[in-house]
Amino acid sequence: MDGVIQLQRQLVDYTTSLYKEGFLDDQFKQLQQLQDESNPDFVIEVVYLFFEDSERLLNELSKTLNQQNVDFKKVDAHVHQLKGSSSSIGAQRVQNVCIAFRNYCEEQNSEGCLKCLQLIKHEYSLVKNKLETMFKLEKQVLVAGGSIPMH
Amino acid sequence: MEACNCIEPQWPADELLMRYQYISDFFIALAYFSIPLELIYFVKKSAVFPYRWVLVQFGAFIVLCGATHLINLWTFTMHSRTVAIVMTAAKVLTAAVSCATALMLVHIIPDLLSVKTRELFLKNKAAELDREMGLIRTQEETGRHVRMLTHEIRSTLDRHTILKTTLVELGRTLALEECALWMPTRSGVELQLSYTLRHQNPVGFTVPIQLPVINQVFSTNRAVKISPNSPVARRRPSGRYMPGEVVAVRVPLLHLSNFQINDWPELSTKRYALMVLMLPSDSARQWHVHELELVEVVADQVAVALSHAAILEESMRARDLLMEQNVALDLARREAETAVRARNDFLAVMNHEMRTPMHAIIALSSLLQETELTPEQRLMVETILKSSNLLATLINDVLDLSRLEDGSLRLDIGPFDLHGLFKEVLNLIKPIASVKKLFVTLSLSSDLPEYAIGDEKRLMQIMLNIVGNAVKFSKEGGISISAFVAKSDSLRDPRAPDFFPVPSDNHFYLRVQVKDTGSGINPQDIPKLFTKFAQSQSLATKNSGGSGLGLAICKRFVNLMDGHIWLESDGLGKGCTAVFMVKLGIGGRLNEAKIPYASRAPVNHVWTNFPGLKVLVMDDNGVSRMVTKGLLVHLGCDVTTVGSGDECLRAVSNEHKVVFMDVSVPGLDIYEVAVRIHEKFSKRHDRPLIVALTGNTDRVTKESCLRVGMDGVVLKPVSVDKMRSVLSELLDHGVLLESQ
Repeated sequence: MDGVIQLQRQLVDYTTSLYKEGFLDDQFKQLQQLQDESNPDFVIEVVYLFFEDSERLLNELSKTLNQQNVDFKKVDAHVHQLKGSSSSIGAQRVQNVCIAFRNYCEEQNSEGCLKCLQLIKHEYSLVKNKLETMFKLEKQVLVAGGSIPMH
Repeated sequence: MEACNCIEPQWPADELLMRYQYISDFFIALAYFSIPLELIYFVKKSAVFPYRWVLVQFGAFIVLCGATHLINLWTFTMHSRTVAIVMTAAKVLTAAVSCATALMLVHIIPDLLSVKTRELFLKNKAAELDREMGLIRTQEETGRHVRMLTHEIRSTLDRHTILKTTLVELGRTLALEECALWMPTRSGVELQLSYTLRHQNPVGFTVPIQLPVINQVFSTNRAVKISPNSPVARRRPSGRYMPGEVVAVRVPLLHLSNFQINDWPELSTKRYALMVLMLPSDSARQWHVHELELVEVVADQVAVALSHAAILEESMRARDLLMEQNVALDLARREAETAVRARNDFLAVMNHEMRTPMHAIIALSSLLQETELTPEQRLMVETILKSSNLLATLINDVLDLSRLEDGSLRLDIGPFDLHGLFKEVLNLIKPIASVKKLFVTLSLSSDLPEYAIGDEKRLMQIMLNIVGNAVKFSKEGGISISAFVAKSDSLRDPRAPDFFPVPSDNHFYLRVQVKDTGSGINPQDIPKLFTKFAQSQSLATKNSGGSGLGLAICKRFVNLMDGHIWLESDGLGKGCTAVFMVKLGIGGRLNEAKIPYASRAPVNHVWTNFPGLKVLVMDDNGVSRMVTKGLLVHLGCDVTTVGSGDECLRAVSNEHKVVFMDVSVPGLDIYEVAVRIHEKFSKRHDRPLIVALTGNTDRVTKESCLRVGMDGVVLKPVSVDKMRSVLSELLDHGVLLESQ
């Protein structure tokens, strides 16, 4: 019993830190609420979908921005998509970068856009790592016989 | 001288002597003639005299004697022969009659004498009768006295009056010198002088009851003559030599009010009083039998009267006592009524007055929640909301408890979402737990039915109370809640020996365990926990709010649900586990009856679930689409997702009640989609409601949406609650009045 509690505490601490550091926001909590017995893996599914979607979008963005004539409309569309996805997940920092990205797009500032792309990629990989770690911890807790603490 | 036939007188004529003889004879003759006349006269007068014939004879005798003497008158001088012959004839006749009379008298005189003796006898008899008449009159008078005395005695039920009257009247009737009554003392070993007539002896004087003279008197129900020197007949030395005779009689002290005549019941407790009566001294009076009888009768009457008086005294005392008790009871009843009325008034006031501000707080906090807030603000608002909900719970608790005590509480049985209930509890407790840095885990067993039939609100209350307690008393660590269906082997719990659950086809027993890592409970305190208002000193921290009612109410609710609740703890500091089992009905899905759920935030009439509600979600962002779908599925909807406007138009049908459209969808303009949908469904009630999901709530977007006939605009991100209220409002009103 103590081991489980230990793991749970670890998980909770970790998750709390994610929120504190701004990687996740309330939307993620909302997602967690949607997870129930009929939908036990909802969060993971959504998160992995987000990963897929984001990776695809980031690739598209790289491709588009690395062209000679940047199609800012397309870029904007992609970024808009990415913003939507990240806001749906609650990946706050990614979302914020997207907002900035969109501004640059409107200004048709490719320099700024590229910088933002880098930033986004960075933020994305960060949040991806964090989320994956969190999922691993969750799995450990479940294996040890406890239940995922919700707070 | 001539020779005449004269008779020479006997002796020579002495002139004087002759003269005297002559006169005497004359008078004798006179008397002799007058006596019969008198006799005849008197006989004629009296009719009674029986011997007339004798009188006649006597008269004749006297007449003839008179005649003789008369004729004798002529013989004193010279008389003729005729005179002598007449004289002789008279004498002869006289002799005859007198002899006859003498003979007759021999018969008569004894008779006459016997008359005389009879007369004497009758006179004696008359004298005797007179005497006896006197006696009878006296007796009659005493009898009257007795009746009057009895009447006096029986007419009063006052003991003292009875006894005093007895003595006075007896004294008067029998002309007593002294009359005294000796009553047995409480201890029964002495007789105490209680009443006297003339106070010759001091009242209060006692004699032992075992004296032989007293025993003698007590052993018989007759009046007994006793010696004037016995202690009960003592008197002050009065200088008289001859004390009068003394009589004593026993007076039984009874408590029976039913006396059969001549049928005195045998008394088991023979208590007697002694009545002593003294005749005046120096009088030659003696006690007569009738006087003794009078005394005995009076003694009996006194006994009866005393017993009546005693009974009456007792019943009066009992009646007074009852009256006092009645008054006291009446007062107590009125006080109780006042208290109950005061309590009801207080509860009514509390109900209304305290709920009104609570309602305002909860309503406004909920509304505040729906506005744009930073996460910190949101957390604060949520905490406010949860706290005020808990306070509202407390108010309800107290009211419920009073209704529980009255026995007027009824469970609101209905189908509800069991899983949802646990989640709701979790949601409510999370903020508080997070403030204290406690984690909360929930584990529902796989065989736990999703829906159950029971009183959802009260079950929620129980859960919140227990989980709230767990959070309250834990400073670190966390709470773990687990719920599962109790199997038959685990139904009988050794810790709940009175609990006999009977599972059936329609019901199952829900077993919930809430384990915390808090301060634990001393096992000795556990029984007290369910007592109202009792808070163990060790448990009360400075943060513990609450009235101590929670567990008491939980217990009552659990009992109402045919269940059992108990707490276990390994000791102080070792945490505590609360377990309860309640009986719930196995419920189907809520398709049959959509029971509206009164949420704890009584803002609006919010539905909890929209089972089977067909919804179409149009969103081109996969993640976002999935999230929205998840949201709606969580609320029980039947969700179809499309990624573009075309697909949307193709997929939409009149089965769909709501269409959610993400505004940023490219391709077919969303506004056109809305218009097309309007065209597709001509009749209003066929057409699904159209709601735009957008991250942009500027006025332009809103107006555009509304212009194309959208029924509402919802700002992303959408929380579960927001979606729930959106759907509720759509279904209730058919339109979103406020942009959410």
